[in-house]
Amino acid sequence: MSEPSVTSGMDLHARQVRTFRLQDKFFHHTTQLFAFVVLAALVGILVSLTYEAWPSIKAFGPSFLWTNIWSVPDDEYGALAAIYGTVVTSVLALLIAVPISFGIALFLTETCPVWLRRPLGTAIELLAGIPSIVYGIWGLFVFAPLFADYIQPPLQALLGDVPVIGGWFSGPPIGVGILTASIVLSLMVIPFIASVMRDVFETVPDVLRESAYAVGCTNWEVVRNVVLPYTRVGVIGGIMLGLGRALGETMAVTFVIGNANRINGSLFAPGTSIASTLANEFGEADPGLHIASLFSLGLVLFILTFVVLAISRWLISRSMGSEGL
Amino acid sequence: MRIFNKLVQGTMAAALGLAFSVSALAADITGAGATFPYAIYAKWAEAYRAATGNKVNYQGIGSSGGVKQIKARTIDFGGTDAPVKEADLDAAKLVQIPTVMGGVTIVMNVPGVESGKLKLDGVTSADIFRGAITKWNDPAIARLNPGVKLPNLAITVSHRSDGSGTTHAFTHYLAKQSAAFVREVGAGNTVNWPSNAVGGKGNPGVAANVQKIKGAIGYVDIADAMKNKMNFVALKNRAGNYIVPSQQSVADAAAGANFKVKGMAPDLLDQPHKNAWPITSATYILAYEKGTDAAKQKGVVDFFTWSLNNGQGMAADLGFVALPPNVVKMVEAEMIKIK
Repeated sequence: MSEPSVTSGMDLHARQVRTFRLQDKFFHHTTQLFAFVVLAALVGILVSLTYEAWPSIKAFGPSFLWTNIWSVPDDEYGALAAIYGTVVTSVLALLIAVPISFGIALFLTETCPVWLRRPLGTAIELLAGIPSIVYGIWGLFVFAPLFADYIQPPLQALLGDVPVIGGWFSGPPIGVGILTASIVLSLMVIPFIASVMRDVFETVPDVLRESAYAVGCTNWEVVRNVVLPYTRVGVIGGIMLGLGRALGETMAVTFVIGNANRINGSLFAPGTSIASTLANEFGEADPGLHIASLFSLGLVLFILTFVVLAISRWLISRSMGSEGL
Repeated sequence: MRIFNKLVQGTMAAALGLAFSVSALAADITGAGATFPYAIYAKWAEAYRAATGNKVNYQGIGSSGGVKQIKARTIDFGGTDAPVKEADLDAAKLVQIPTVMGGVTIVMNVPGVESGKLKLDGVTSADIFRGAITKWNDPAIARLNPGVKLPNLAITVSHRSDGSGTTHAFTHYLAKQSAAFVREVGAGNTVNWPSNAVGGKGNPGVAANVQKIKGAIGYVDIADAMKNKMNFVALKNRAGNYIVPSQQSVADAAAGANFKVKGMAPDLLDQPHKNAWPITSATYILAYEKGTDAAKQKGVVDFFTWSLNNGQGMAADLGFVALPPNVVKMVEAEMIKIK
């Protein structure tokens, strides 16, 4: 009496297992497909950028990268001024943003009263969510005039006569320019760098920290000798993440960099970046070499950002992995 | 995830929009091109729809985009600020007509000098905008402005950083004044500005730079300059009079121009009328001589016929300048070719 029911039960069980297995398989393949779609998009973008940029690559060759000319009337293009502006603004932004972010992250993880931690942390993360065009408008209409009136003249008076350094601050104080773009950019990357730093600082086991305090270390000694060595790689990763964002930032930079396709030694002078050149010229670009060269610029930025982000991801994952998070 | 949600929403909105546009009337027409006339085309489209029920959709994608799209036959009409040459019109079998006019004005921010009180002529303007004159108290400027106290202040040239029909009109005007300007800066949508120049995005970007930077000089279209209450320069016209720009002086520039040319694009720069504003230009649309869809071709003609006859007031309100009545008649005659 019981035998048939057992077999049918087994059948049912086997069938169920088979269904589950099919479901799992289906799930696996579907999600895999989604993941590959992203990869395909990445490769697709790279291929189409190269395809569209081809006339420019053929005409200028690798010298496109180090030629300092961008002349639409003469139909001659080189990326040097744009690469210079991109790199200089990003590096300057990091020089400003890293110490500040470092301070923020240390305060949040080491000395901040517990009740203040969450609201402060949330506020910093919210800063990261402000659209970049808002930073741009604020930079152009509020920050640049203040900068021209109250910061540039004193800086020039103070440093204008110092050899070499004086040259960085020469030229009329017009508010917009490379330095303004760097400062606005630094504000934009601080939340990113600070929150990554805070997260990696929190991975330091309490045991280590408390032992250090127990032997009489000061706050700074704990940070210097315990927290930093433990999280070094993650911190660098966070900085690279900020760099990646700074390199590709478009709207805010377009508003405040001054958009001049040339290299000027002064940080007060207007310049250009790859992203801002694209934003400015794509809309009305002439067909032919102009548009192909803009695609070339896009390709340069794509590769630059991709490399920086890949390195940062790798460093962060290494840091989190090896420290047992 | 947030981005993904947005994508989904965007796609759904686009799909809905598509569904609606498909179900609407067959005479719906689509245009794309120059951004300068976008405001007036959108206004006309809205009023036209209220009056006739027919829909017109215009996208501001830039003049060169407009020309490209109409040649590729993906739209019903294209908009462009820089007129297409006769030979190209013939080759692509296109009809070109002007729709509205506008003017580009020189604006400045010189402490102590009021709007309209600074006089410049064409050559001096060209020398300023090519970076040959770098101080406001330069003798070349002082000579034109006896009695005006000019400061010892560096000139900052403020220009459009995005490729633009405004730059196209302005640089072509300066190019007529000075061979050196052509050589050093060039004329077109995007040119090589001198080293004391700073670029702003769009007319608002240039306006902001001129208003914030002491010693700045720049160019914006008249509508934007008036909206922002900027300081005008009085510019010497061909007749030798110093003109402060207004809608009337733009209209006067067109009064003497001969629109009876193929493509209906006479040079409106530096016209001889005594009250003519020197930097005047028109914006144009392009349509097919023979379209594949007769209903859409008729839709284009109907829309612009209606707009040119009913929309002149709207144009003036937005800072554009209407075509003179005799030119409207000529445009209507030209549109017969659109079949």
